[in-house]
Amino acid sequence: MTELLIYKGIMCVAVFLLALGVAAYATLWERKFAAFLQDRKGPSRAGPGGIFQPLADGVKMFMKEEIIPNVSNRSLFILGPCLFMITAVMTSVVIPWAKPVMVNGHMYDLQITDVNIGVIYLLGVVSIGVYGIMIGGWASNNKYALLGAVRASSQMISYEIAMGIALIALIISSGGSLSLKDIIEGQDEGVCNFVWQPLGFLIFFICALAETNRAPFDLPECETELVGGYHTEYSSMKLGLFLFAEYINMFISSAIMAGFYFGGYNFPFANELYSAMGLEEGSWLISLIGFGAYFTKIVLFICLFMWVRWTLPRFRYDQLMNLGWKILLPLSLLNLLITVVIEYFRGNIHF
Amino acid sequence: MQLTNRKIVVSNKEQSFMERLYLPAIAKGMMITLSHLFKKSPTIDYPKVKRPIAPVFRGQHVLKRDDNGAERCTSCGMCAVACPAEAITMTSGERKKGEEHLYREEKYAATYEINMLRCIFCGLCEEACPKEAIFLTDRLVDVDFERNDFIYGKDKLVEKMTERIDVTKRQTPEVLEFKKIPGLKHNELFDGNKLNKGNKH
Repeated sequence: MTELLIYKGIMCVAVFLLALGVAAYATLWERKFAAFLQDRKGPSRAGPGGIFQPLADGVKMFMKEEIIPNVSNRSLFILGPCLFMITAVMTSVVIPWAKPVMVNGHMYDLQITDVNIGVIYLLGVVSIGVYGIMIGGWASNNKYALLGAVRASSQMISYEIAMGIALIALIISSGGSLSLKDIIEGQDEGVCNFVWQPLGFLIFFICALAETNRAPFDLPECETELVGGYHTEYSSMKLGLFLFAEYINMFISSAIMAGFYFGGYNFPFANELYSAMGLEEGSWLISLIGFGAYFTKIVLFICLFMWVRWTLPRFRYDQLMNLGWKILLPLSLLNLLITVVIEYFRGNIHF
Repeated sequence: MQLTNRKIVVSNKEQSFMERLYLPAIAKGMMITLSHLFKKSPTIDYPKVKRPIAPVFRGQHVLKRDDNGAERCTSCGMCAVACPAEAITMTSGERKKGEEHLYREEKYAATYEINMLRCIFCGLCEEACPKEAIFLTDRLVDVDFERNDFIYGKDKLVEKMTERIDVTKRQTPEVLEFKKIPGLKHNELFDGNKLNKGNKH
């Protein structure tokens, strides 16, 4: 029992720190990447190449004056960013980071917990994330914040549907399990799910952009129209939590996309490589290499998120709704239909 | 009338299927931004890297001393007269006995102030100076918060003997040649023997 608690404790802390660390450096990399795309240099003063910029930003956020508007609903105002942050971190619970490791004759999954309805858990937690923004925007008692919050919630709810249907198609073609571990393990040998689900991936990616409130779907916080969107009234670290949670969301959705569609910690000829190196199952090195592969994919996806952000202009609200309801939803249904037909002929489903 | 050949006729024609897909256009746009990823940034890391400046760059002024350490300025006021921005003010003092090592001639500038906010760094003071006392240098005027702090007195303008300021760049052969043009009074005074035969304006 104590062994289990220690293992779970270590995993929780490790994944939490990983998510926070990646999110912190994603803020720096976002600015750097934007600068590179725009022929600039980006932050370069804090440490070599600006490597300590996230620390400086963090200190700045903590040192800033904290303002809670008189007219706001105080408790909800504080609850908003907390909820958003908590749900952002909670999604990382079900993600398997690497192959199991053998310690003292026990196999330990490098995953906080393997829920057998992991996909549903993910969708559930992601949809709770709306509440953080909604409550925060509403409690501010500011029309811009409220508009941003309304936009955020309608956008996230709209795109969750197409996302869910794209995931159903994925689950059908990957063997029917809702556990993330099974989905990733299913891509161990052979091809990754992207080969069978290219359209599904495209839909999922677009929905992930909308769910994380990233450009070109960053209407909830569009500066040109809504001052700061739902976090207009926020200052100090509460604003920091909102911004930070956005990057954690981005990290987690990159991890989910890399896991669902691109094999997670599997990579082509992985098993051949391991046997050539003489590694047995449960070896630390296998997990390390697998995690490296997974992490590389995640970083590439984060770069893709940023690349999209610094290329495409923001959607208009009606265009956003049109895209979500009139294009992505029928397209995901079509994808589901095609998947079912293909899987029937592949012999994976029987009537 | 056609001014350029970049005219485009606006049309509201229906978009083709490929255009309505948007994805090709998005991919095209993404490739454009990607190509910029590999371009060199034109940014200069200013305090670390400084752009080369012209040899005759006109920056903050210096009041020169001669090789013995005496101030060259005699408070004649030529620079203040020449200054189009009226940035220079001065008061004169008379050299006492025993101050010969401080001031080159009997009259000297007791105070000498340049308002750096008025100054347009044209260099006319330098041209007007008959004593080769004031020069513009390649130093930049520091940023400050108060307007009064931009009025530089002798404490900031007169060079220290320990850290003399090199103005040889301002006295290139061309400049020295230029200064020999008749009408520029100070050359004749500088030569010493000739009297002022310059043109009167």
